[in-house]
Amino acid sequence: MKFLCVECDRQMQFEERQLPGDGTLAAAFRCPSCGRAVALLTNPMETQLVSSLGVKIGGTTLPPQPLETVRAMVATGKADAFDDGARPDAGPARATGVTWSLAAQERLARVPGFVRGMVKKIYVDYAKDRGIGEITPVMMDTARRELGLEEM
Amino acid sequence: MAEGDGATHLSPVSLHIRTYHQLTEPDRSALPEQIATQRRRVAERLAAVRRVVAVMSGKGGVGKSFVTAGLARALARRGRATGVLDADFNGPTAARLLEAREARVRVGEDAVVPAVGADGVRLISMDQLLEDGQPLGFRGPAADSFVWRGTLEAATLREFLADVAWGALDQLLVDLPPGMQRFAELIELVPHAPAVLTVTIPTVESRDAVRRAMRDAVERGAPLLGVVENMAGGPLTGSAAADLSAEFAVPVLARIPWHPGAEVWERLAERL
Repeated sequence: MKFLCVECDRQMQFEERQLPGDGTLAAAFRCPSCGRAVALLTNPMETQLVSSLGVKIGGTTLPPQPLETVRAMVATGKADAFDDGARPDAGPARATGVTWSLAAQERLARVPGFVRGMVKKIYVDYAKDRGIGEITPVMMDTARRELGLEEM
Repeated sequence: MAEGDGATHLSPVSLHIRTYHQLTEPDRSALPEQIATQRRRVAERLAAVRRVVAVMSGKGGVGKSFVTAGLARALARRGRATGVLDADFNGPTAARLLEAREARVRVGEDAVVPAVGADGVRLISMDQLLEDGQPLGFRGPAADSFVWRGTLEAATLREFLADVAWGALDQLLVDLPPGMQRFAELIELVPHAPAVLTVTIPTVESRDAVRRAMRDAVERGAPLLGVVENMAGGPLTGSAAADLSAEFAVPVLARIPWHPGAEVWERLAERL
């Protein structure tokens, strides 16, 4: 999927992605010549199809998590199916160098157990990658948007 | 539209549209590259697996999972490192058959650790992951699920291949569901066409369904190892295994009775 600014005959560049709600995924592109921006909006079914492929529009800087699509997409999984305890970033906050605000902890606790360990790891990786010391709900929203975690 | 009716006349403009591949500036999404990376990950994970064997039929209820488990255990007892990937995501039974249903899936840095079942068989199955009695359900919009569900199941197969630390294996047995869709996905994902072990029961109905599956496998370039006739010597009558063996010039590797002893599996393992 690429966008062509027909008037400038230039390939438009990906600029940012947003999740405006309603299951919509918005990917914005801008023409490097004239600066015109367009946004691709997917309906919930199309958003789901992108997630099903295990790809990220706009790319990602983090490595894939083991069974990432399965853990993110299965709705009928056992809460304790996975043992994330052996992972370096799954332990207490002090072990990772990243802390969690109370609100962020509460939000994490609402994530289904089937995927919680993986979600925690992704947010910690995101924070460490950017030198962020405390994970907050705002940071979680930003990470979701930037990393293409529509389903988490 | 007639002149003078007040409508604005738009003169047709010939747009200069190039093809996808003619646009070559860096693309941050790089979706084809992401797909290629996924496939490379499968190939890297399977690099230490000597042989991938698809256990398939075209027919449901012939005992593919039963044969897979019995064969895997016999191979493991013979000292051959063996893994089982239960690719029947909607009717997973391999974990129970291999006595590893309660095993939690341990998550490592870049892969999950397969459960170790009876006789040391390494295993991944959706049965380990789903709530008891619950069907495989996916998050997503309820409407139009036919559009994306198949894609998600293919992604599940890809992750079971690529994201499980199989280690060095002599063979990875892939227990396929009835039909040919999962086999088509498997052969696309793995670097070399998997060998095919076909399971049938004696009946003519099974023979006809399995024949189509074997033809499909041949046309896709997969080597046929042979035919296993399950539920032999009982009330089911027919000569499916012999017929298929003659038609495809492959051996009947075993005839499995209703209550097979260990020696039946040992003989089958010996022939592989």
